[in-house]
Amino acid sequence: MGYPHKSHPRETVVLSEYFGDAEAKTYKGWVKRGGYKALEQAVGLGPAGVIEEVKISGLRGRGGAGFPAGLKWSFMPKEKTKQHYLCCNADESEPGTFKDREIMRWTPHALIEGCLIAQHAIQADITYIYIRGEFTEPLEVMERAVAEAYEHGVVGPNASGPLKEMNIYIHKGAGAYICGEETALMNSIEGRRGNPRTKPPFPAAAGVFGMPTTINNVETLAAVPHIITKGGEWYKGLCRSNPKSTGTKLLSVCGHVAKPGNYEVEMGFPLKDLLYDLCGGIRDGNALKAVIPGGSSVPILNEEEAEGCLLDYEGCVEAGTMLGSGGVIVFDETADMVFQIMRLAKFYAHESCAQCTQCREGTAWTVRILQKILAGNGEMKDLDLLLDLAENMTGKTICVLSDSCAAPVVSGIKKFRSEFEAYITGVRAPVMAAV
Amino acid sequence: MHETTKHETVFTGDARTRLSEIMTRYPTKRAALLPALWMLQEARGWISDDGMTEVAQVLDLTPAYVAGVVTFYTMYHRHPVGRHFIQVCTTTPCNICGAEGVVDAFLEHTGCGELGTTSADGRFTVIEVECLGACGFATPVMVNEDFIESVTAAKVPELLERYR
Amino acid sequence: MGERELITLTIEGIEVSVPEGTTIIEAAKQVGILIPHYCYHPALPITGVCRMCLVEVEGAPKLQIGCQAQVAEGQVINVSAPEAVKARQGVLELLLINHPLDCPICDQAGECELQDFVFQEGQPRTRYSPEFPKRFNPVEDFGPDILYVPNRCILCTRCVRFMEDVAGTPVLNVSERGERAFIGIHPDQALDHMWAGNVVDLCPVGSLLSKDSLHKARAWELDKTASVCTGCSQGCNINVDTRNNVVVRLQPRPNAEVNQYFMCDHGRHHYRWLNRGDRIEAPVLRLGNDQKAVDWDHALERTAEIVKGAGGNAVALVSPSASTEAMFLARKVLATFDTRLMFRVASVEGEAPLIGVPNLALREERAPNATGARVLGYVEGDVNAALRGASVVLIVNDDLDGVDSEVLAAVGHVIYLGTALPEAARNAAVILPSTNVVEEEGTFVNRDGRVQRYRQAKSAPGMARPAWWILSEILHQGGQGDGADTAAGAFAMLAETEEVFQGLSYDAVGFHGRVLADGAGVPS
Repeated sequence: MGYPHKSHPRETVVLSEYFGDAEAKTYKGWVKRGGYKALEQAVGLGPAGVIEEVKISGLRGRGGAGFPAGLKWSFMPKEKTKQHYLCCNADESEPGTFKDREIMRWTPHALIEGCLIAQHAIQADITYIYIRGEFTEPLEVMERAVAEAYEHGVVGPNASGPLKEMNIYIHKGAGAYICGEETALMNSIEGRRGNPRTKPPFPAAAGVFGMPTTINNVETLAAVPHIITKGGEWYKGLCRSNPKSTGTKLLSVCGHVAKPGNYEVEMGFPLKDLLYDLCGGIRDGNALKAVIPGGSSVPILNEEEAEGCLLDYEGCVEAGTMLGSGGVIVFDETADMVFQIMRLAKFYAHESCAQCTQCREGTAWTVRILQKILAGNGEMKDLDLLLDLAENMTGKTICVLSDSCAAPVVSGIKKFRSEFEAYITGVRAPVMAAV
Repeated sequence: MHETTKHETVFTGDARTRLSEIMTRYPTKRAALLPALWMLQEARGWISDDGMTEVAQVLDLTPAYVAGVVTFYTMYHRHPVGRHFIQVCTTTPCNICGAEGVVDAFLEHTGCGELGTTSADGRFTVIEVECLGACGFATPVMVNEDFIESVTAAKVPELLERYR
Repeated sequence: MGERELITLTIEGIEVSVPEGTTIIEAAKQVGILIPHYCYHPALPITGVCRMCLVEVEGAPKLQIGCQAQVAEGQVINVSAPEAVKARQGVLELLLINHPLDCPICDQAGECELQDFVFQEGQPRTRYSPEFPKRFNPVEDFGPDILYVPNRCILCTRCVRFMEDVAGTPVLNVSERGERAFIGIHPDQALDHMWAGNVVDLCPVGSLLSKDSLHKARAWELDKTASVCTGCSQGCNINVDTRNNVVVRLQPRPNAEVNQYFMCDHGRHHYRWLNRGDRIEAPVLRLGNDQKAVDWDHALERTAEIVKGAGGNAVALVSPSASTEAMFLARKVLATFDTRLMFRVASVEGEAPLIGVPNLALREERAPNATGARVLGYVEGDVNAALRGASVVLIVNDDLDGVDSEVLAAVGHVIYLGTALPEAARNAAVILPSTNVVEEEGTFVNRDGRVQRYRQAKSAPGMARPAWWILSEILHQGGQGDGADTAAGAFAMLAETEEVFQGLSYDAVGFHGRVLADGAGVPS
């Protein structure tokens, strides 16, 4: 349910059932709503059993990469010779995405339960929940919920069985989008600059503190208790289109819709219906111009592409974009695509960690060229330059921040070229002073 | 930046105890760096060169190493800021919903005039920040630790009344 | 120690077999291909940030960085594949957008890796300037010897990794993020580590500079000569840079067994003495109360007379900076006497190790050849006591500090062979001008018993000659058998009679040195 709105009948409410329900935040309230039964079941199933169930479910990472969760867990060493770790990625910073925040501030115990089940499955002693520093409310709510969990013997010294030796800690970030990248997140936990690492080694072999580690997104982990209680087959059955995309997805819809918010739908739900039905259509009765369906790092869709796009991993790829984090940014006819693409490039330039040459220098140069165009000084060859730069910035760096800056530039020039040309030819007046 | 007066140690007594507890969560002292820096900023309002040196000593790191980490993360202030530190998200999803107008309203009504400068009465500093993760509640604004959703330019004067 | 399996692969059409675990960049070196790179350095942890070493690996979906990717059996690697070349050109173009066109005023010009790779495969134009301004930050003094020019920095982070991982003291950091990033230092820490100067060598561009070298000479004006540092007994291999017969700079020369790629700041900055002008200019004989400058023939004749066939006590006092050849021949010159072989070596308390490299430090013994002296039978002891009653004293470049001039005056004949003339040797019977380490060829034996060669980097001033030559001529003139005609010959003589040097020759020693038999000379 897209708090503060009421659930739409076409939503498939699983994770968002208690959004807006203040009592669900507390341990007692959560138990009353059936909480922590899944954890008990999971302990009974044992690590292998849990992994199997999650594999059956087809759950894929909800942070953006869409990697099968059960498979990722199975990469962890079966025989435990070192400390294992689980990291919960609550760094949610992808523009357009605001779902993990809701999960944490309304159903903190859902996340804790999911973490503990995952911890059990991968034999991890410690979970670090990495919450971005700006998330004041989720930090407060999660800290209180973790304290309650310890107090009530869900985990730690007051618990029994394997949960007794486990720990969950909240680790507060300090303002860096790149720390949402799994290896940068691990570096940040270690007290380092949030620089992504080259791979290999992969986290399951050598992750945080050099130990076997699994990193999962908040939404992914929040789905796990449901998979345990209702079964992997049930989750697998929540599928409208491609069988490789199962379960529900919280879509964070923002921008020029009448009712922005989080909407939980079955995988494969049509983007058109999401926009016009669930979200109440475009604001002020305006016409739709563009949609970025997966957080700002995925290619922009024009109106036609958006209206034909199915919201699952394969459907978005077919439409020429990606489902990513499911942050649906909606642009109506009033949106200045050139300016917004510049603003996105500026975001990436600000967030670049500075390791790779292409990203560090390329993002900044991209911004400058776009600002030059917006200041009325652009030339046609600037568009060729932007595309050439974007190619140099794609597929050549340690992480994909560089590629993410290129994506809106490439798709923007391809699909909204006339807007760029309007600035260049002077048909459209400059909106910026020359820098 | 160095402090103008002698640096007062932060990690003594209760604070030291709290940091020691935090350190038990990690296998290395280094990993307690971000939590330690938060504690330092909460105590002193900003992170000075001397503060970095103190944290370095407590965690067996070097001041230069700590400085490298501090300057990476944008939420650590390296110079004093206004009593009420106002951060307005202007990334694209909020940008298309009037975020820049919200920024202008703050600059006007706080008397700051310019981004990043502190108002003459020392009460406010206004900056633009990147996506705050509340895009459906445009425009989100943080005032110190207060996270305020759905701010519009019109609501700004009333909002500022809360911060005297 | 397990043997690693050999992997065979093809690089640029050339087949090569290397041990498992070898990176592509190292495998390419084996077939003479240098894949362009900046952040990679064999002595530093691999970080893969510059992205310069992108190569095509057939079958892989993306270009791979050669510095980190390990070779696989049957791999086909194309360094000059069009996609890889374009990617590397892209990196170079991006490095140059903010990098200033400082070549005309930049010390690094001529030995700059940015110049080198741009020239090799970069584009001859920029698409950034002049429209957009370059990032500007003022020059910073990292103190004591190092300047940082942020505008030229390409953020390869070699300096940061060196200080953190090899020197063991994180003094440099990367500050800020994105395009705003630069190398930073905290005001409470200075870059005064004893091995800090190496960051200037490591810096591929002219961003980290030595104040000592600033604007002194152009790289292409310098002649490089292989030598050995004389600062202590570690024996770091170095190159001596000279320009117009003046030593301008010392830099480390790679030796995997001794100093890897590094030298300490004490050795590095200790070179001005090599250019000293206050030298003994000509051979001088004391005749009665007069001293007269003479030619070599006369001087050698007189010296041979003094040492020929005489008996009684003698002392050979050699400097621990003298060559092994000189020490050996000095002993031979006084063979007919009852000779005390002595040397004195200055010692400074406290070593300064480079902890990331095994067995590497600025050593307490501050001379390069004390071990050579010991191996040849020279001992430390009371010099004044030894001098009393000596009929002949042969001094090879000892500075006579603390030697009682009255005691010396009472010696029958003093032969002083050296570079500069100490006060106490003013009345020596014979004064012979010798060359310093950069004006001759020779060897030193370091503290680990490794004999290492050094070559002549500049010509000697005045009439100075190498000590091995002077002593050989004395032997020859005195009919005491032959000396040697070359430094190699002198070493060969040494190798014949000294057991621990058996089988060695200049060719065998080469320019990475050889350890003497049975760890001779190594302190237990």
